[in-house]
Amino acid sequence: MSRGAAMLIMGVFTLYFLTPIWWLLVSSSKTGGDITGTAPLWFTADSIPTFFANLGNLFTYSDGVFGRWLANSALYAGLGALLGTVIASMCGYALAKYEFRGREAIFNVVLSGVLVPATALALPLFLIFSQVKLTNTLWAVFLPSLVSPFGVYLARIYAAASVPTELLEAARLDGSSEARTFFTVSTRLMAPALVTIFLFQFVAIWNNFFLPLIMLRDQALFPVTLGLYAWNSQISQIPELRVLVIVGALVSILPLIATFLALQRFWSSGLGAGSVK
Amino acid sequence: MMKVTRPSTAPALAAGAPTSRKTRTSAAQRRAVFLFVAPFGVLFLAFYAVPILFAVVQSLLTVERKGTFGPPQQVFGGLVQYQQVFQNSEFWESVGRVLLFGVVQVPIMLGLALLFALLLDSPLLKGKKFFRLAFFAPYAVPGVIAAIMWGFLYSPSLSPFDAVTSQVNFLSADLVLWAVANIVTWVYVGYNMLIIYSSLLAIPTEIYEAARLDGASNMQIAWRIKIPLVVPAIILTGVFSIIGTLQLLAEPQTLRSFSSAISSTFTPNLAVYTTASVPNYSLAAAFSVVLALATFVLSFVFLKATQRKVSQ
Repeated sequence: MSRGAAMLIMGVFTLYFLTPIWWLLVSSSKTGGDITGTAPLWFTADSIPTFFANLGNLFTYSDGVFGRWLANSALYAGLGALLGTVIASMCGYALAKYEFRGREAIFNVVLSGVLVPATALALPLFLIFSQVKLTNTLWAVFLPSLVSPFGVYLARIYAAASVPTELLEAARLDGSSEARTFFTVSTRLMAPALVTIFLFQFVAIWNNFFLPLIMLRDQALFPVTLGLYAWNSQISQIPELRVLVIVGALVSILPLIATFLALQRFWSSGLGAGSVK
Repeated sequence: MMKVTRPSTAPALAAGAPTSRKTRTSAAQRRAVFLFVAPFGVLFLAFYAVPILFAVVQSLLTVERKGTFGPPQQVFGGLVQYQQVFQNSEFWESVGRVLLFGVVQVPIMLGLALLFALLLDSPLLKGKKFFRLAFFAPYAVPGVIAAIMWGFLYSPSLSPFDAVTSQVNFLSADLVLWAVANIVTWVYVGYNMLIIYSSLLAIPTEIYEAARLDGASNMQIAWRIKIPLVVPAIILTGVFSIIGTLQLLAEPQTLRSFSSAISSTFTPNLAVYTTASVPNYSLAAAFSVVLALATFVLSFVFLKATQRKVSQ
């Protein structure tokens, strides 16, 4: 294949991947009528003031519920992924670096957990949570999000490859406790894997739709995806929501894109780990 | 790039130490293992294992009334719900629909991902970092948001590209499945590309140099060396794609506001949601159990089948 053909393929697909996002950005700076009435992929004369007006409307509509949704998503995804990463990495690390009875059995159970996806569990989880009267609470979305079998799998593979057993022996001889060795030495060696686990769990929780959809009735508990979905399905009755949905969509993807860009150095090295073995 | 340094098995540092010390350490280690594994274990039991068991139990129950107007009561019904599942043509239509979707969309998506990964790994491109980020960016867009964006772009009345959408109605009954396929492809190609690309980066370059000395072209190196070596990565992406396909929910559910062609049982998970909203929890639980089992079996079989092929 020639250099020209290769660049052409990549160029065409760059348009495919970026045009919808560009359209979202441009449309966020238009009034409701201008979204369909003007050139779709370019700004209008008063784009900048319109953009800020839209943004203002977004955060004030219905008592600022959108800000609440963003905060909920940040809590579910941010704190959930952080705790989930710690929990998954401890387990994966133990499976990689210690010999104990039932180790393979545990790992196999975790692996089958990887193959049973979160969405298949949404209804079973709903049934369980309604038994203990915890549906329509923050916990119903937060607690199940902490479990990441894929995180355990990644942590195990990465710990086996990057934490030398000699180092653990040396730490033991120095009198360091197992937990201290893990938190001060091993986690540092596993950093790329930890960032990867965090990021992918963050995205998985941020994007999770079925669980909040089935668990939550109270708008004040919605994550931002469910909130925007709810607005979007009311557009035919309340047309002014259309602009808010578009601006809200833009605002809701910015934190993710920013997180990915900021942590790029880490995830691009950790991502391959899952397929090494 | 990921460097795999396989640690040599531990030299028996503790071997010379007195036995009493050794047993003390191993007791401490056992405690540590427990502390490390227990948090995940408890959560996994509570939010994976118990719900699945509970769904199985719920799926064995059925609602009965004493007389015509008596209060409803849940009683053990055996496999009645499963009989319902197998007779439910809408559910099986939805399963057929996602299987058709998977057979077409997954190979296209992974084929594109492989092509882009190979191009990123070839000497042919300039601006690799830009392409990598541009292609990966849609992964940061949640399924609901992607469906809203594309929903506007498809919609004949709202689309900015009405020159196209007035000719072809992507949201019609014939095309809407492929409209969903396009959204899923748009979101996930870059992610799969990166997984394959990282495993290409892990191949030692000496292999290529040797091949080039033997007169192999770039194309031959890609076909004969690179692709066979990244098969494990492709299998991994394949398994995740199969799982994802069977679980389709957010995109079609969101597109329902734009298209009347998406029924309330368009995908298996939509059928679960619709049935649970009735509410018919027992039937919905039976759907969920069948779906989880099917997903598990399908990805397991795929994993085993491809592994055997690779080792041959």
